Amino acid sequence: MEPILIAKGVTKRFGGLVAVNNLDFTIERGSIASVIGPNGAGKTTFFNCITGFYTPEEGKIIFDGREIQGLTPDRVTRMGIARTYQNIRLFSNMTALENIMVGRHPLMRHQWWDAILHTRRYKREEQEALEAARRLLNFVGLQGLGDQLARNLPYGAQRRLEIARALASEPKLLLLDEPTAGMNPQETSEMIRFIRHLRDELGLSILLIEHDMKVVMTISEKIAVMDFGKKIAEGKPEEIQRNPRVIEAYLGRGAASGIGKATATA
Amino acid sequence: MDSQNTFWKSAVKNGLLAGAIGLYSTLVGLVQAFNKRAVIEQLSLGHITLLLSWGVVAYVFLNHHRESESKGKLIAAGALVGGLGAFLVALLPMTAQWVDYHFVFVHAGPEMYSLLTFGKGPWLGSAMLVAVGALWGILIALVVSLPTFWRDSVVKAFLITITVGLLSDLFTGMTIGWMFQPFLGVEGLNILGAVLVFGLSIAYDYWSAHRKPKESAEAVATEPAGVTKSQLRRMVVGALALVVVAGLPLLLGSYLSHVLNMVGLYTIMGLGLNIVVGYAGLLDLGYVAFFALGAYTMGLLTSTGPLGIAHWTFWEAVPFSILVAMVAGILLGVPVLRMRGDYLAIVTLGFGEIIRILALSNWLKPLIGGAQGILLIPKPPLFGFKIQTPIHFYYLILVGIGIAAFVAYRLRESRLGRAWMAMREDEDVAEAMGIDLVVTKLTAFAFGASFSGLAGAIFASYVGSIFPHSFNLLISINVLSLIIVGGVGSMPGVFVGSLALVGLPELLREFAEYRMLIYGLSLIAMMLLKPEGFWPEPIRKRELREEVGD
Amino acid sequence: MSEKIKYFLERLSWVDIMVWLFGLAILVIAVIGVIGSIHNAYYTKEQWMDFVVFGISQGGVYALIALGYTLVYGILFMINFAHGDIFMAGAFTGYFLAAKLNQYGIYNSHPIISLLLIMLLAMVTSVVVALITERVAYRPLRKAPRLVPLITAIGASFTIEYTFRGLYGSGVEAYPDMKIFVGKTSVFGLRILKVHLLVIILSILLMAGLYAYVQYTKAGKAMRAVAEDKDVASLMGVDVDRVIVNTFILGAALAGIAGVLYALIFKQVHFFMGFIPGIKAFTAAVVGGIGNVPGAMLGGFILGIFEALGPGLILEGLGIPASYQLKDVIAFTLLVLVLIFRPTGLMGERLSEEKV
Repeated sequence: MEPILIAKGVTKRFGGLVAVNNLDFTIERGSIASVIGPNGAGKTTFFNCITGFYTPEEGKIIFDGREIQGLTPDRVTRMGIARTYQNIRLFSNMTALENIMVGRHPLMRHQWWDAILHTRRYKREEQEALEAARRLLNFVGLQGLGDQLARNLPYGAQRRLEIARALASEPKLLLLDEPTAGMNPQETSEMIRFIRHLRDELGLSILLIEHDMKVVMTISEKIAVMDFGKKIAEGKPEEIQRNPRVIEAYLGRGAASGIGKATATA
Repeated sequence: MDSQNTFWKSAVKNGLLAGAIGLYSTLVGLVQAFNKRAVIEQLSLGHITLLLSWGVVAYVFLNHHRESESKGKLIAAGALVGGLGAFLVALLPMTAQWVDYHFVFVHAGPEMYSLLTFGKGPWLGSAMLVAVGALWGILIALVVSLPTFWRDSVVKAFLITITVGLLSDLFTGMTIGWMFQPFLGVEGLNILGAVLVFGLSIAYDYWSAHRKPKESAEAVATEPAGVTKSQLRRMVVGALALVVVAGLPLLLGSYLSHVLNMVGLYTIMGLGLNIVVGYAGLLDLGYVAFFALGAYTMGLLTSTGPLGIAHWTFWEAVPFSILVAMVAGILLGVPVLRMRGDYLAIVTLGFGEIIRILALSNWLKPLIGGAQGILLIPKPPLFGFKIQTPIHFYYLILVGIGIAAFVAYRLRESRLGRAWMAMREDEDVAEAMGIDLVVTKLTAFAFGASFSGLAGAIFASYVGSIFPHSFNLLISINVLSLIIVGGVGSMPGVFVGSLALVGLPELLREFAEYRMLIYGLSLIAMMLLKPEGFWPEPIRKRELREEVGD
Repeated sequence: MSEKIKYFLERLSWVDIMVWLFGLAILVIAVIGVIGSIHNAYYTKEQWMDFVVFGISQGGVYALIALGYTLVYGILFMINFAHGDIFMAGAFTGYFLAAKLNQYGIYNSHPIISLLLIMLLAMVTSVVVALITERVAYRPLRKAPRLVPLITAIGASFTIEYTFRGLYGSGVEAYPDMKIFVGKTSVFGLRILKVHLLVIILSILLMAGLYAYVQYTKAGKAMRAVAEDKDVASLMGVDVDRVIVNTFILGAALAGIAGVLYALIFKQVHFFMGFIPGIKAFTAAVVGGIGNVPGAMLGGFILGIFEALGPGLILEGLGIPASYQLKDVIAFTLLVLVLIFRPTGLMGERLSEEKV
């Protein structure tokens, strides 16, 4: 089966700075892939190229058989890619339930006249959206918090709400930008279990950006390592762990043993 | 010792601040203009403005030190703040014989001085003013040192009494005004009325504070049965409200109905701008443009004068007024689609001005009359009857509000409404959720504009002739202010806002000159103290209750 | 081939097309107007030169006000909507001193000293108004969402306008003529109004002074540091609050002087006079690139000249009667065009995406 996402020679420049440099990457259907790298390596820029927030100067991004580079973010989302943000970006003055219902926007078809006249289509879609939102709320373990304003939720709940909102569009590919940032070890391992669960239960393909080595090594089937906008290594977690270039770029010289330890305890 | 020093220093500082605010309200002319309206017997709104200038400062200051300082010291400090505040104001009449304030300040003059000195000459009068200030400060200190419940209750009762006194015209203007006569003076409340209102307010507070715990316990106990009960109560209240709203003009008479009509027109506009600013988060300062377009379309299509092009009836022209405004909303929306919030504000402001300048210009004069405007706009006919008096128009406007509120409410509860709000919260994320920003923004502009066009169409027919001068920037600011005061994004807030900001100034003619000043101040004050407005939109609970579609 | 077209069409937004059509339409209208005007030769060469000189002098005033917008924007990323009214406060207050001086004959016997005194008073008034505005309406909201300070700024604008209406009255007052500046003089063989010459020279001097201040003094460097990055600047020991206050003082002082210069050109002052010049100056700041000091100066002159020539050059050629009535439309159109096609302005390169 063809991969869900193929990036070929993607390059994104900001003035003189080449943030992403000739990057090739593929994600297989139903797999969990990760992009790692030091700060400023271009991971989030790559993310933004996929989601349409940036248009890469060169290269192609093929999602589900169609070229998507240069399309606006809303169209990319409607094609089946959903994302979360590193620094949580919920609609803070809307309730949790409303946040999820916004996520469902691409699946709804009713227009303003349907809403004004309360047509059958409007009623059916709104009912479906409400039920789906309740279901997702339960799925991410936030039952009972649906009527809280998003900004009033605790941190961990906000992270999960963001994922629920992304899932509401029923994506084929889910992009998670540092989903465990700011979490304690227990919350982190819960999140790892949850991400696996997402893939197994919903059959999603998932692309992660992560800083936490432990997370990456535990759940990824494939890892790409970026440094200064370039991909310097790609492979299975074990291969990445042994790759000296990675260790050097990521942690500096002489840190190889550190990585070994981090994964050994995982 | 040191903290003692800072306390007195701070008291002096607050006294100076009180004086500065007092001087400001005096020199700007508020005190003098408001002096024409008696609130309680001889006590005028001008006096109250002065007292409030000092009182608010004294209250905030004393309240801050309420716990830490003794009652005696609070009283002394109150006298200091009030006395010093009054002294600064008294400097005006005292020095007036040497300094010609009137050369610069238009309101400074014998009339003002005599008002400040109770007509007793600069020296004795000033001394009296300072004494009044000091006594007022002491009174405030006494109120502040009351137990919390009584303090709040007294302050509230004081404010309510003033408000009732101010609005007493409302009672005399009513068809059942005679019922209130015993409590009213020539203007404002009499002593009996004031005492009565003050006492009732405190009694109500006392009653509600002592009843509350029982009530809520009861409510918890009878939760399941209570659902239908509360539904029933809501229905009764709704029906009553409907009867009151429908009967209001008959009760109020022609003039007050006219006031209500202005409130109503602003409410329609407010509901529209609320979509643009409140839901979609697009700060539009050129909103008057669509009001003008609606009015001019109505004028051109229906006028029986030389500029009329179609001689249609109101009902034939209304859809076109709305349509023209809507299309204009979209057309003016396109260039600003990519602009960020504050640029958008200035550019829309520019659009509003362009429309007004074009309406005034000689260039378009042959078409739309230039400064002479469009005259002879007929009233709407209705089954052989003519909608003519303010009372008739009240019902027409009520229907307009009904339609606007209905549409706004239903849109809010839809995919589009959520898209608007998501865009308001975070444009980038909204786009990443699959929301087409272009369509979402343009629909917000289109609906906002169409409401304004409707209001403009009714307005044109209501006043019968329209001039470019009726469509200036101040209208946009009026509408913006009322939705902010009511609560951005809140539909009940629009009603509250337009009652407060359109209704009150129409009632209190003295306010007219200071209307914009009060709007400006209230915009700042709201953002600083109560950014959510006086009636914020309640959060809708729907996780476990309330199914979609009724 | 069809693949390519499809690829292209998928990425083409109709908004872009509409916007470009809009720009094109305005361009075509402008060109037709210019051709029409030149063809009909409504004005002589001298008259055109007069327009240009008038444009430069009002441009100088716009530039001085625009600096206030740009300085504040550079540091707080907010549009100080009330800046036009701060300008009004200076001009209006200066009038009373001018009238008093005129009454005692000092105005014409010691014109330079009088002018300096009036400017000083205007500056002080503008600065006081700006400081109160900043303290009450902006400072408490520095961390609030962007639209909040904009709304208080709008509120502040109306508060200032109607405060001065209450204080000084709603009438229009006229600055008395200063005899030594009445009439024309020759510069490089050009006959220009003395007042215009005075305004041009003064505004250029002030701008040069401001530029030197921002570029070379310690306070100016602190200001630029805060504009770059508030947090880093405060870590480096810059008192950010102090710098912000300084910025408001600087902008307001320039606006106060601009108020007096404006009154020298146009004579009349009233409480609402700040509104239109305020928007024009904002336009100038945007044209030059908001946040950019030389940009605001350039933008001011460009807008001033554009506006002076526009009605005669473009609108009359289209056969529009009384075209001067529409000169404000020209400024607004320029604002819209710049914001659509070059939102960073002519010299606004240095603003990063995130700031815009």
